[in-house]
Amino acid sequence: MPTDVTSGAGRAPAEPGPGRGRGPGPGHPAPLVEPPRQRTTRTPRSTRGNFEMYGWLFMRVSGVVLVLLVLGHLLIQLMLDGGVSRIGFAFVAGRWASPWWQVWDLLMLWLAMLHGSNGLRTVINDYAEHTATRLWLKALLYTATAFTVLLGTLVIFTFDPDIT
Amino acid sequence: MATAAPDPGAAQPDAVPVSPSPGANLMAVTFRIRRFDPEAAAEAFWQDFRVEIDPKERVLDALHSIKGEQDGSLTFRRSCAHGICGSDAMRINGRNRLACKALVKDLSPQRPVVVEPLKGLTVLKDLVVDMEPFFQAYRDMLPFLVTSGNEPTRERLQSPAQRARFDDTTKCILCAACTSSCPVFWNDGQYFGPAAIVGAHRFIFDSRDEAGERRLEILNDNHGVWRCRTIFNCTDACPRGIQVTKAIQEVKQALVTRRL
Ligand code: SF4
Ligand code: FES
Repeated sequence: MPTDVTSGAGRAPAEPGPGRGRGPGPGHPAPLVEPPRQRTTRTPRSTRGNFEMYGWLFMRVSGVVLVLLVLGHLLIQLMLDGGVSRIGFAFVAGRWASPWWQVWDLLMLWLAMLHGSNGLRTVINDYAEHTATRLWLKALLYTATAFTVLLGTLVIFTFDPDIT
Repeated sequence: MATAAPDPGAAQPDAVPVSPSPGANLMAVTFRIRRFDPEAAAEAFWQDFRVEIDPKERVLDALHSIKGEQDGSLTFRRSCAHGICGSDAMRINGRNRLACKALVKDLSPQRPVVVEPLKGLTVLKDLVVDMEPFFQAYRDMLPFLVTSGNEPTRERLQSPAQRARFDDTTKCILCAACTSSCPVFWNDGQYFGPAAIVGAHRFIFDSRDEAGERRLEILNDNHGVWRCRTIFNCTDACPRGIQVTKAIQEVKQALVTRRL
């Protein structure tokens, strides 16, 4: 917010308001109410590519697949055959002995995490106003996603039912 | 008010009316207008104007009456006054509309009618916003017929079905009501916005045009069609009744099917 301190004219308006009004600068006698939104020659234009398209498609496809996986998961874990009451270490160990359930859980983990993270990436892009904020939030998001996905994958494949 | 009950004696007020038709039922309506004059103050503020107006008149008539009879400094754009030039889009009672198509009676005039400039574009003065970013996005879209080869000696023929394919998007008057109602655009001014995509749609699906691929490539951008969240604000805002969100989805679909 460049206020013109030399002339004092920059502080002429009594109430500066919540950061919206801009003090009149030397080259700009009229302050702006909103920041200008312009596509200039200096705006980076190398943002074309299929990435956003694949992201968009992935959200649709993974959404459909997740509905099936998660509903199946809930059905098995909560309702069928005694439901929640039979869940325990032995139950998990029994299931992960079969590659089918390993793959099921792995798919669920990867799809849910990537679906959720891409959704959050979208939210950050939409709502974080400053480039730095966006950068930090996304760095945090990607770190958390990578950590969860890798840890989960590791556990699914290295699960030891005989652990003491 | 359907029954014409002219009661000239009772209806003529002392206040200065907006050239009322004889027998008009005038009503006192408050217009709460967002004022901003960069040469006077850095802050925008609300100002109320009371206008004696026939509720069947439009917001534009009220603005004219205020400018002509109460405050000559009130600034707004208008040209045709008949919903075809697209210059007087503004936020009226929280919704983007053309002032020349918004009837006062439809805006619950018992309460103050709130008039603001379009959101997401820089306000220059009062209700006038800087449309340049909006037009820039439109220009980026190559909004003109692109063909190759020699110019034909007769008109380029097109079947009614081919014409119908993009009929809806030919109706755009570039008023910016859609783009400035889009929350994605509010936060990311680099987003092309619904109107530019409507303009692209009009040519992408035109059988005579040959640059559809180029336009799709332009829209396949981080700030292109994929930023659309199908919020439908644009469709609601369009004074021409264009199915804006549908057009955007069709462009997405064209991109997916042609790229895969
Ligand atoms: S699509 Fe509708 S709302 Fe958008 S600029 Fe065109 S006429 Fe205005
Ligand atoms: S003045 Fe032309 S559209 Fe309203």
